[in-house]
Amino acid sequence: MERSIQFTLNRRPVQLKTDDERTLLWVLRTDLGMTGVKYGCGENHCGACTIIVDGRSVRSCMVPVKFVEGKEVMTIEGLAENGQLHPLQKAFMEHGAVQCGFCTPGMILKAYSILAENRQPSREEIIKSMDGELCRCGTYNRIIDAVQAAAGEMKGGTHHE
Amino acid sequence: MSEYGTPIQRREFMKLLGSGIYILFSTGPFLYGQQRGFQFRQYPEDFNAYLRIGEDGSVACYTGKIEMGQGIITSLAQMLAEELEVPFTSVRMIMGDTKLCPWDSGTNGSRTTKIFGPVLRAAGAEAREVLIQLAAEHLQLPENRLIAVDGEVRDKTDASRKVGYGFLAGGKSIERHLENKPPLKDADDFKVCGQSSPRTDFEEKVTGSARFAGDMRLAGMLYGKVLRPPAHGAKLIVVDTAAAQKIANVKIVQDGDFIGVVHPLPDMAEKAVGLINAEYEIPDNTVNDKTIHELLLNTEARDSEERKGDLEQGRNIAVQEFDAAYFTPYVAHAPLETHSALADVKGDSATVWVGTQRPFGADSQVAQAIGLNSDNVRIITPYVGGGFGGKSQIGQAVQAARLSKMAGSPVQVVWSREEEFFYDTFMPAAAVKINSGIDASNRIVFWDYHVFFAGNRSYECIYNVPHVRTASRGSSFGGGGPHPFGTGAWRGPGSNTNIFARESHIDVMAAKVGIDPLEFRLQNLTDERMIRVVKAAADRFGWESGKAPTGRGCGMVCLDYLGTYVVAMAKVRVDSKSGSIQVDRIVHAQDMGPVINPEGARMQIEGAVIMGLGYCLSEEVHFSGGTIMDLDFGSYKIPRFSRAPKRIETVLVENHAIDPSGCGEPPIVGMGALIANAVFDATGIRMNRLPITPERLKPRLT
Ligand code: FES
Ligand code: FES
Repeated sequence: MERSIQFTLNRRPVQLKTDDERTLLWVLRTDLGMTGVKYGCGENHCGACTIIVDGRSVRSCMVPVKFVEGKEVMTIEGLAENGQLHPLQKAFMEHGAVQCGFCTPGMILKAYSILAENRQPSREEIIKSMDGELCRCGTYNRIIDAVQAAAGEMKGGTHHE
Repeated sequence: MSEYGTPIQRREFMKLLGSGIYILFSTGPFLYGQQRGFQFRQYPEDFNAYLRIGEDGSVACYTGKIEMGQGIITSLAQMLAEELEVPFTSVRMIMGDTKLCPWDSGTNGSRTTKIFGPVLRAAGAEAREVLIQLAAEHLQLPENRLIAVDGEVRDKTDASRKVGYGFLAGGKSIERHLENKPPLKDADDFKVCGQSSPRTDFEEKVTGSARFAGDMRLAGMLYGKVLRPPAHGAKLIVVDTAAAQKIANVKIVQDGDFIGVVHPLPDMAEKAVGLINAEYEIPDNTVNDKTIHELLLNTEARDSEERKGDLEQGRNIAVQEFDAAYFTPYVAHAPLETHSALADVKGDSATVWVGTQRPFGADSQVAQAIGLNSDNVRIITPYVGGGFGGKSQIGQAVQAARLSKMAGSPVQVVWSREEEFFYDTFMPAAAVKINSGIDASNRIVFWDYHVFFAGNRSYECIYNVPHVRTASRGSSFGGGGPHPFGTGAWRGPGSNTNIFARESHIDVMAAKVGIDPLEFRLQNLTDERMIRVVKAAADRFGWESGKAPTGRGCGMVCLDYLGTYVVAMAKVRVDSKSGSIQVDRIVHAQDMGPVINPEGARMQIEGAVIMGLGYCLSEEVHFSGGTIMDLDFGSYKIPRFSRAPKRIETVLVENHAIDPSGCGEPPIVGMGALIANAVFDATGIRMNRLPITPERLKPRLT
């Protein structure tokens, strides 16, 4: 149904008029210009489209735009605040947890949601929580290192409470 | 980084060219990519094709190479900075733009560092020497008193007498070349190369601002989808677009079999194409993933062979003969970014943003498809989200250009995951037959090697064998022949098959005569450089001598991939109940000559190892005739977090005696034999067919 939908996107209110059944991924990428949200499969297999909705990770290819009505949405574009990179972003850079970079936004946001629930995840816990996130370039081990390093960095809990 | 990965509008483009200096040109900008007059295309000799120094001293480096994750956006900047004597941070890369960049054959074959590196370095070295000449004139000092450091030319004895590159270059518009080209620096003198420079693309990639072809936006653009047949070779019989037409704002275009839809929203274009009803005639072709190898072995095709010594004589002196065949499947590239392009066709010219490994080549292909002169097609390559050989093909750009021409608007095409699998040019299924023999002292005395449809890369026997035949039938590229669909280069084309076969077979012989696989190799190797790499790997791994199968699950492989030497060792665990394999540890020693960016090299090696485990353990394209069964990541299983070995240790074997060599492909091509050999050591079972799935291994474990 074509109607007006409101939600918060990267700390700013947005309002758009569109068919509320449209897939959130394409609305974010096309209508709202958030091209950091990636299409990798469109069918819940890869995690490239991962975003944060009310603090939890959501695969934006799997939900209609009406799902986020009234909620707080964060894409990779909203993770750095006031020009300050998030510890996860810094750790991904420092640990070389990036190659082509196509999986990177989804990986970082998935990790963000994991750290919100578990401040010091073990290697095994990270593998278990992230096993559905695909990286064809094979950066997995470095992502694990980066997530653990960021967790250490965030221990004080100062960033993004 | 400003123009990299961002559409450059005409005005900005002129601005960009207008802002630099052109040490060499006396008149206006010279567009190297546009120089089409040459009979053979080759790298331009004029160093200005590769670099421009702005008045502020910043350096723009132009290359037809592209960045797809391998990190050359950083290592090429290091190479130029090294020879030009400028700070690494002052170099900006402009890559894969056919209008701005010098011609290049494509980013593949691990050839960037090895083949293009010296060309770029030579340009930097010559520019540096010209700048010193210009400085000598400006400072009125003899050249031999001057030295180039950090983007300026200084008096060696009085550092206050100096002049910046920006000033020198900006003020002149003279043509100057050097008769005698300066030599390239010796690796021992490297200051910027050999350092793990931070990757310059990372910040954009962690913040989401990095642009891939599917992220490009133009005013008035539409999103396109093209009707896909259900099978390769299928013929369209009838088509009904009535239901699709009902979608608001949709436009349907047709040109023979080519039926496309365009819409202002990508999801609506996808929906519309799904509403088209079409009937196809599917050709009768019963070959499938179970029968393909039989077909390959029985298909006539072009043969080539090389011989050394006399096979008959070898057979006569052999005391033991070995016969075996090895098989590898079709493997998908499956980059996480599907093929994407944005085409803007206007009258008799076109600009196409495309994720491609071959911008030069894509231009003429697009031009041909829409009836333009290739001089009028500009290809711009943003960041590429993984290529692995598969993005040398640009079917999506041709689709986008045709749609743009027909629709009269810019059109973007982003393949669905299903289209990505369907249109992929797979690593070809292939087979190898080997007949070999050893004498009483365990020396390999003959080697009769026949590869079918993988091609001849890395098919040489690297061991010291007197009587040898190496024969290759059928090529690995282009599909056709026995292949029901397209095949093409896949990270280390041909080598993945050839090295799987050779290095498995070496272990088969070693095991049969009861010799440790490492000792057996050393007994048959004479190449000192390889022996050094073997020792480096064994040291790190702590290789324990033993007659396989020892039950420990250790395996090794050695190889020479286009001049880069690799020795890898692995430890695996096999679950005897399920037949599943877990790789615990890999030590990977690589000698690629002087290493430009050591940390970048380690990342490539680790990534290749993990990617390689896919075709070793789980990846295989299932098909029936031209129908591809695996069209998603649910059934086509690429490595996940849980597949990655806990420890991947890289040993970069220092070697300044050779020139810098390739890095990104060598570490993947040995993975098949490495794992097969380790599985044999764990279980005593020899797996001659990849991938080694639990389904294949389990029945043999009892
Ligand atoms: S694009 Fe959403 S899971 Fe792959
Ligand atoms: S970095 Fe390329 S897919 Fe992960």
